[in-house]
Amino acid sequence: MTLLAFMILAALAVSGFLLNRSAALAIQAGGTRTHSLAYFHGLYALLSVLVPVFVVICVYLVLKTPVINGMVIGGLPDGVLDDMSAGQVDLVLATIQSITRGQTFGTPPDWQLAAAERLTSLYAGADLLMVVVVAALSAVILFFVRRQVAAEFRARQAAERIVHGLMVACSLVAILTTVGIVFALVYEAYRFFEMVPVMDFLFGTRWEPQIPIRADQVAAVGAFGWLPVILGTVVIGTVAMLIATPIGLLTAIYLNEFAPKSVRAVVKPVLEILSGVPTVVYGFFAILVVAPALRGTGADLGIAVSSNTALAAGGVMGIMLIPFISSFADDALTAVPRSLRDGSLALGATRGETMLKVLFPAAIPGIVGGILLAVSRAIGETMIVVMAAGLIARMTINPLDSVTTVTVQIVTLLIGDTAFDNPKTLAAFALGLMLFILTLGINILALRIVRKYREIYD
Amino acid sequence: MADITNSGTGGPRKSSLTESSAKIAKRKRADLILQGFGIGAILTAFTVLFILVASLVSTGYTAFVQTHVTLQVFVDPAEVAEERLPRGGFQEVLTASLLSNLPDADPESDARAVRNILSNGAQFYLRDRIVANPSLIGQTISITVPVSDPFDQLNKGNVDRATPEAQRRVNDREIGWFDALDTAGMIATPLNWGLITNADSRFPELAGLRGALVGTFWALLTCFLISFPIGIGAAIYLEEFAPKNKLSDFIEVNINNLAAVPSVVFGLLALAVFLNWFGLPRSAPFVGGLTLALMTMPTIIIATRAALKAVPPSIREAALGVGASKQQVVFGHVLPLAMPGILTGTIIGLAQALGETAPLLLIGMNAFITSAASSPFDASTALPTQIFIWADSPERGFVSRTSAAILVLLGFLVLMNGMAIYLRNKFERRW
Repeated sequence: MTLLAFMILAALAVSGFLLNRSAALAIQAGGTRTHSLAYFHGLYALLSVLVPVFVVICVYLVLKTPVINGMVIGGLPDGVLDDMSAGQVDLVLATIQSITRGQTFGTPPDWQLAAAERLTSLYAGADLLMVVVVAALSAVILFFVRRQVAAEFRARQAAERIVHGLMVACSLVAILTTVGIVFALVYEAYRFFEMVPVMDFLFGTRWEPQIPIRADQVAAVGAFGWLPVILGTVVIGTVAMLIATPIGLLTAIYLNEFAPKSVRAVVKPVLEILSGVPTVVYGFFAILVVAPALRGTGADLGIAVSSNTALAAGGVMGIMLIPFISSFADDALTAVPRSLRDGSLALGATRGETMLKVLFPAAIPGIVGGILLAVSRAIGETMIVVMAAGLIARMTINPLDSVTTVTVQIVTLLIGDTAFDNPKTLAAFALGLMLFILTLGINILALRIVRKYREIYD
Repeated sequence: MADITNSGTGGPRKSSLTESSAKIAKRKRADLILQGFGIGAILTAFTVLFILVASLVSTGYTAFVQTHVTLQVFVDPAEVAEERLPRGGFQEVLTASLLSNLPDADPESDARAVRNILSNGAQFYLRDRIVANPSLIGQTISITVPVSDPFDQLNKGNVDRATPEAQRRVNDREIGWFDALDTAGMIATPLNWGLITNADSRFPELAGLRGALVGTFWALLTCFLISFPIGIGAAIYLEEFAPKNKLSDFIEVNINNLAAVPSVVFGLLALAVFLNWFGLPRSAPFVGGLTLALMTMPTIIIATRAALKAVPPSIREAALGVGASKQQVVFGHVLPLAMPGILTGTIIGLAQALGETAPLLLIGMNAFITSAASSPFDASTALPTQIFIWADSPERGFVSRTSAAILVLLGFLVLMNGMAIYLRNKFERRW
């Protein structure tokens, strides 16, 4: 049905284009000069039909399911939904929906069958209504637009105004996305903090989100203190940065000052490959090669290494970040004015001395900015740690131990079916909010440092 | 003169540029050491990259072939009757054929063990053939079916026959049977098309990437259809039309920040907004594509703006000079010239989206689904989430499948990036 609506819309929009263009051509054939080219008369009709009706269809598609579900639930006979939690109501709705697909388990009660029938008829009715509305609305717009065709009508300006509006709308999508992220995180986190006090979350040292799902289930009470989780993130991030920073910086120094052009031409793209490899591949690499190797080495040395040690996840993450840091440092070193370099060399300093004592200190702000951006990446990196790091949150800074991270907890809490009414699910959004704030803060700081440093030499 | 010639012997002296001294040697050594460290760092990175690729290839290449056994099967009418199709004792028929080739196996007590040589899905191969052509009942037909994972691993040499029997997944008798089939010429290891044409399965020898490839296709298509027009529209507005005001600055800052938001946060957005509020279906590639579109958009916007900026102002001025409107200039002249750069950026953005996993996990694209999606609204997996699922599976056969799936993913990435580089080299214009 939706496809039909789109087809009707496309057909009417195109016919509007042809209709208005031929009308304008007819005026021109009559010897009158039109203000705009006939093509713009057609384009104006096309856009006038297409844009509003397309919006109508999209709004319909977004609202259809929630509105109809609400109507079905609201129309259930009195009493059946008494004493039900939101999750149970969802379950009833899911049962009714599966009945409409012909999947029944046993004999459902009559009220469910009736509701299923109502659901089916509502859907069919809504779709039919939508197609009729689309056709009628398009036709009405077409009618009015056709009447506007005249020699004096400024069709080009009118069409360009619509295109301009569309472009503005496109750029507002970026703002909408940010607003969506912030609103979704804040709203769900707020609901979480209604169940778990903010102080418990921020300063608690126990993270045990396995709360009972049924009332009579034997399980831990659940504790939502994020300190062990963020500590684990810090441990893994530190390991990653300890590997990525020296290797990345040395690579940049060599490439920038010493490497012949031919070497540079080979090394740079190969390093880019490292950053182009999807993180799920790194995660598999960590569990397939790195973690067993570390455990084997540990066993040889007589050190107990956990099977998902922070070293494996952090180390592999460090490898991933090498090209990130090296390219940032390379750019920062290149941006140092040539006069500084030439001056140093002219005084008799070797190239190494020039690099370490002149160029590197001058480039420090840019390099620090790059490292900060890498830190923000390390904190937000998900797949490597989901696959290679642990699940249990511990207050430890020993990198040989298994630790967990913010992103691991978000994914494990939300994987599988989720209900939005228990703290276990909502805790993921609280963690997500903290992650968002943290990475955003680091990014803004890093960009500010980089920008300030650029101004010095400009 | 005397001073200079004597300078080697007495008093503190200043170093000379022309004479080598211990101090200069030391400084040069320091230079070399720094260079050595740099080369060492690069070599470290290269070594890791090499190990990464080598480990994937060495574990993954075996999954590109699959051990099959070719059986002469008598389709016994007592087991398979036309009127009961598609039900029937296909497994029994296959087992009987195997037993007839293994004289030392007892038809009663060993039937189960012998049957386990074949993949659990072997019976469906036979069933599909008989259902398609019921006249085969009562005849002896030749059919090639995959063997089960332990024997597949045995054939590929992943089972060390020297290890004690108790620690192997196949015992000595089973190895004997398999060798007997092998010497009879019934075992073959052809190219494993099932890896591409089969959907996911619990049995590694049957599991394939079809569902994942289809899901990824729908998701990337959705992502492209949404992010490409919106990204270009936003870029054109910001680059060519936007007034210099607070709103434009705010949009710019927003786009740059979005590019740095962790991918898992986009997953949270999709879960809360698309699934929970809008009620879009779980695990659907459409929702995945929508989420990926939001992540790809900043890349496309940034690439498009760079491409628009690279078009020289003389083009704009010439078009304006002959009376074109501002929009006619942009859409008729600047945009076509910038298209190669825009397409390059878009392909690179889509290649990034292809490898994204975390947001897809949160919207449930890691479900176990044994059929390919027929529309973008059906539940499906995607290539990276399929890798994640297989990497989590305990069976030995899934290790090589995971590596093989990764090699397929990397192959697509190389292809897309190669295409982007080709486009850039072919159409890039220097003004």
